[in-house]
Amino acid sequence: MELVILKTDALFFILIAALLAYIFYASKKEHLARPWRTVLKRPIAASALTILAFYLMVAILDSIHFHPEIEGTSSDTPVYSSQVVSLLDEVLKPINKNIETTYSAPFALHSYSKESRESETGQIIRDYPRLMHAGSHLLDTSEVRADLIMRSLSALGYWIFAMTILCLILISLRVVKLKLMVAGRQNLHTFFRPSPAQAAVITFAVVCLLISLVATVGPYYHILGTDKVGNDVLFQGIKGIRTGLLIGTLTTLIMLPFAIVLGVAAGYFRGWVDDAIQYLYTTLSSIPGVLLIAAAALMLEVFMTNNASDFESVTARADLRFLCLCLILGVTAWTGLCRYLRAETLKLKESNYIEASRAFGVLSWSTIGQHVLPNLMHIVMISIVLDFSGLVLAEAALTYIDIGVDPSMESWGNMINGARLELAREPVVWWSLFTAFLFMFVLVLAANVFADSVRDAFDPRIRELD
Amino acid sequence: MSISLEKGLGSVSSYLTRRILYAFPILIGVNFITFVLFFVVNSPDDMARVHLGNRYVTEDSISNWKSERGYDKPLFIALDNSGKKVFTETIFFDKTVRLFTFDFGQSDSGRDISYDISERMWPSLLISLPVLCLGLLFTLSFALLIAFFRGTYIDSSAVILCVSMMSISGLFYIIGGQYLLSKLLQIVPISGFDDGIASVKFLILPILIGVVGGLGHGTRWYRTIFLEEIHRDYVRTARAKGLSEKGVLYQHVLRNALIPIVTGVVALLPSLFLGSLITEAFFGIPGLGSYTIDAIQSQDFAIVRAMVFLGSVLYILGLILTDVAYTLVDPRIRL
Repeated sequence: MELVILKTDALFFILIAALLAYIFYASKKEHLARPWRTVLKRPIAASALTILAFYLMVAILDSIHFHPEIEGTSSDTPVYSSQVVSLLDEVLKPINKNIETTYSAPFALHSYSKESRESETGQIIRDYPRLMHAGSHLLDTSEVRADLIMRSLSALGYWIFAMTILCLILISLRVVKLKLMVAGRQNLHTFFRPSPAQAAVITFAVVCLLISLVATVGPYYHILGTDKVGNDVLFQGIKGIRTGLLIGTLTTLIMLPFAIVLGVAAGYFRGWVDDAIQYLYTTLSSIPGVLLIAAAALMLEVFMTNNASDFESVTARADLRFLCLCLILGVTAWTGLCRYLRAETLKLKESNYIEASRAFGVLSWSTIGQHVLPNLMHIVMISIVLDFSGLVLAEAALTYIDIGVDPSMESWGNMINGARLELAREPVVWWSLFTAFLFMFVLVLAANVFADSVRDAFDPRIRELD
Repeated sequence: MSISLEKGLGSVSSYLTRRILYAFPILIGVNFITFVLFFVVNSPDDMARVHLGNRYVTEDSISNWKSERGYDKPLFIALDNSGKKVFTETIFFDKTVRLFTFDFGQSDSGRDISYDISERMWPSLLISLPVLCLGLLFTLSFALLIAFFRGTYIDSSAVILCVSMMSISGLFYIIGGQYLLSKLLQIVPISGFDDGIASVKFLILPILIGVVGGLGHGTRWYRTIFLEEIHRDYVRTARAKGLSEKGVLYQHVLRNALIPIVTGVVALLPSLFLGSLITEAFFGIPGLGSYTIDAIQSQDFAIVRAMVFLGSVLYILGLILTDVAYTLVDPRIRL
């Protein structure tokens, strides 16, 4: 194994480190911890967070890239393949390695299209060939139903086993809590109230059930069928998670420093600084966003064709294109946040405590750091979570008009783009579209639900309404 | 009354002059960005090669192509000239001045851009205008209905429905709608466009999908605005004087909530001309959206420049209209 750190991987890990640092910091500060507790008090938000955590886990696994070792070479020093694979590819190898020749329906044993082949008697016949991998352990194709049921039952068995252990742990924790509450003579009403933790545990259990089903059935069948060149669609859907999640988070990471620094500076210093920054963001936001993205994509295309030798692999090339997409999406996205932050800083500057701080002769930058920034953080937080789902959806739409991610990269947009004409076939090839939309829908729904709770908890205006 | 109105109009006109003057540096900046984006990797020579076809291109034909289209000058600064000419004898100055007079000239492939835009504007408008009006009608009535039932299960399940509808990709609405209505039920054609009255059957599907696709987001957004108004003091007063819930909603909440709604819609109006890129690409509608995408893909810089310029002008117009609409709808606000 030889580690490869792609540019987006590095940024993603920086982002995760920042997230962990924030969690650590927020848990120490009551004023930050309190709204987060309000968020987590909602069962639906806790359940959404569980799903987001699963997506994040997959994205992290998919962001650890390396060159695999080629086995069976005679030399003493290990030889590495030039291919770049991720840890997720290794984990999902049982699903990924079963490559067929063309389309096949979910759980199908036969290919989607007819092929000519020689029968035992030497005649050329045209029929649907058996798939090479799906259900290849079955001698008789009529056993498929029984086999599926058996495998699902074994998956259920594993799941029940794991869940029993989980339940035992949780019940013992509850018993400990009950004892503590009885000992402390607390009111037991709160103990029996439905808690967000229960919602999280139920979501966790459902996802675990799905995972155990995939783990037991996936290696033997194509649960969601195969695509045009015979790749497993479920695998592609899972691979798309990294792209979707990264585009939603990296874009924010890139734009955030600009938006905060410029927005605060414009609102705080006024004068020519304000004029210059306002001019900058009005200019940028008056260019239609799609045009800006399209022009940047075109520019990158030309740059890459001219400097084709600089990229050592297709993956590195696709990675750079992806990073540039995030960058340009960031450029189109920061103006809105910047305008909000400027307006809010203007309001804050009139407040008494900032006047006092200035009257005491505290330096501008430390006033900003001490008094202005902490009071803007809720806006930043809300805009991060609200932008996320829009960016995930934008990826698919942009990829459709060929200005999104590289065609070689696994993404939901590419899956939709590749399969959109197949609805015209008879019978309909629906599974690629279905998978891409399903994975996208779950992520965006979870993100939207979570974002709503975050906004309700952080927005002082809404807090007053309740 | 008349004095304050006159005063108001006076301030509006001085405000407008200021804003229009302010638009000039912004538009120059926009043009500058377009130029940088296009030329930083792509020299006029490269553009000429793309348009002439890469093979058998002689130096003569390239310089010929460039001088025909005015790309034979330096980009931003002409150092071999003196005085003002350092800046005026450049491609940037030349093209920008032409844009400001709305003289879009010919596209790099030799078509008249102004004519193309005036032709392609109508298909875009035919879709985006009905989508806006119908969408507004439906989302406003749904939002008002939900606001009426606020705090009940109807409210919470409607919000869940809205969030779910928002979470579905727009592509799904398009692909699903085309499959359901055009392929299975065969009510309308999948894509295409026609002139005159025959175009109606092509327009139904994109309009329907546009309205349905925006329903979730719009309803939820307007519900928030209505709820914000419902918590105001004047609503409490209205209830205290014995108005029915319906009366409160229609006479007070709706009218006051119209302030943010109208101003939000006015900001959208100018950009309706540009149409929706994705919708036009999917349904094969010859509007301005698909015009732009085609231009970008064929590297037709003249069209891209014109469209970016037009887009920015319309955007700035939208901003100005919003401010004017604010003063008209809400007399408390002065420009």
